[in-house]
Amino acid sequence: MSSKAASATLARKGLSDLAIRNLFIIPTILFLILFNVFPLFYSLVLSFADYSATGSEAPVWVGLKNYRDILNDPDIWENFFLTGKYVLITVSGQVAAGFGIALMLNRQFRGKGLVTTLLLLPMMMSMAVIGLFWKLLWDTKLGIINYLVGLKGFVWLSSPDWALIAIAITDIWMWSPFVMLLSLAGLSAIPQHLYEAASIDRASRWFIFRRITLPLVTPLLLIAIIFRTMEAFKTFDLAYNMTGGGTNTELLSIKLYNLAFMQWNTSKSCALAYILLIMVIAISNIYIKYLNKARER
Amino acid sequence: MPAVESKRYKAINGIIVALVVAVMLIYLIPFYWICSTAFKSRLDAATVPPTVFFKPTVTPFVKLVTKRSQRRNVVTPEQYAEAKWYEKLVYDEGERILKESHYLNRFWNSIVIASISTFLALGLGTLTAYGFSRFKVAGENDWLFFILSTRMLPPVVVAIPIFLMYRKIGIFDTHMGMIFLYTSFNLSFAVWLMKGFIDEIPKEYEEAAMVDGYTRFQAFWKIVLPQLRTGMAATAVFSFITAWNEYALALMLTSRKAQTAVPFIPSQIGSGLTDWSTIAAGTFVFLLPVAILTYYLRNHLLRGVTFGAIRK
Repeated sequence: MSSKAASATLARKGLSDLAIRNLFIIPTILFLILFNVFPLFYSLVLSFADYSATGSEAPVWVGLKNYRDILNDPDIWENFFLTGKYVLITVSGQVAAGFGIALMLNRQFRGKGLVTTLLLLPMMMSMAVIGLFWKLLWDTKLGIINYLVGLKGFVWLSSPDWALIAIAITDIWMWSPFVMLLSLAGLSAIPQHLYEAASIDRASRWFIFRRITLPLVTPLLLIAIIFRTMEAFKTFDLAYNMTGGGTNTELLSIKLYNLAFMQWNTSKSCALAYILLIMVIAISNIYIKYLNKARER
Repeated sequence: MPAVESKRYKAINGIIVALVVAVMLIYLIPFYWICSTAFKSRLDAATVPPTVFFKPTVTPFVKLVTKRSQRRNVVTPEQYAEAKWYEKLVYDEGERILKESHYLNRFWNSIVIASISTFLALGLGTLTAYGFSRFKVAGENDWLFFILSTRMLPPVVVAIPIFLMYRKIGIFDTHMGMIFLYTSFNLSFAVWLMKGFIDEIPKEYEEAAMVDGYTRFQAFWKIVLPQLRTGMAATAVFSFITAWNEYALALMLTSRKAQTAVPFIPSQIGSGLTDWSTIAAGTFVFLLPVAILTYYLRNHLLRGVTFGAIRK
């Protein structure tokens, strides 16, 4: 009996496949619509109004005013610029460190599993708590970083020039393991015979790296880069706990938080949230496309 | 390969392995620092330059679970002699215990909220994953994309309307509100990860069972679910860690009653001199479960961080 015919004759017993399918899928979709789509729709409406969550007045329709205000506000452009700089520093740092460590790890040795697991620990931790604790590490007097590097009394988190760099380094420490994990998966999937063939042809190390290693790792590396770009763009926990957004570190998410929950400018914050949302959805679109490609391989 | 070449190759290999171990040790310094600071007295934690050798004490942990006043000279020698061991530790640092702190309560909130939301997300997620894996769904990829994209939303963006909504229906700062929120957050993750695991189980198993007279649901329950045990465990641990670690939503949508441990720890910095050893103790207790869970999860990490897309 073919499998199709089998399920057809059996469909009469118990619930039909169609009923099971709907029963299994629809609750999840409804749940996500209720907790994600509906609230976002609500905030879209509010972004065209003048409204504060602490005030008693009802929302007043103002059209595109909030969006115009945001796009004409040089301060917010400053936040965008800062966030871009942060994304660039952290992602390139993570790729360099993560890929570098993966290249070193990509060989057999005793204790490899343990070393890899220990290296992966930081990315599983809470960014808020890690950020809080790194405040001590960066401390001018008590901090072990100044002590280890030999910079006596160097000011990191309270300095407008260095605070963002310090946060970025912490971010790189936390998330290089992510790039490492994906690179390692890519590296270990490269068939050994390609390397053997290349060594028979007496290809140089650089040639092997450029023509074999790099192209074969690139798909996974790209996934890592896009994902980290998106996450760096959204950074809130880490920076907020290290500087509270002061000393030239007010990233977009922190700006948004201050606008919404400190100044209670609810409708304007909804408009800024939507601008961020569109950017994030654009990046995540690309990300998921690459994930799907990886899945099909 | 000639012997000389292979010898050289071995030497290079050895150097690189030594290098990678060195990198790992440097990488672990922050963790070492958390652990050691958690066992330092207040004075040792505030030494310049930082001390590596010190007399370990559990005082920070006592301080973590208590609220104290800093008035000195309030204890007579008799009172001191009668005090319990943990009270003595605090007296030694010139403070006295007033009452219990909220840390244990916040820790408990974290456990409750993370566990229940994990349970819900895993349950719903597994069913949905089965639905997508086994049946034809019109626009399947679009639905899956929709489900995953909800996970990518910046927390601050979601928090604003959720805050208004929760306030209106009265579940701001409640366990229920946080559980729902974390469930929705983990649900998309659970669907994707579980779908990967279910796709690996051949359809033929269920079809054979159905030929033997099982209904579709029985086949799912008795044939598929038992084989998903590892996958479900991995998904559950991942979801639990995510909920456990979450900060931004908890910061914005709780204030006291349902506050979890993460937003609570930074709020302890408070006024005056920062008591780093107590913060380290709180951090230590908070991170330890994650470190242990990560160890158990080590073979599924790749799958987890790519939402089940890359299986190795």
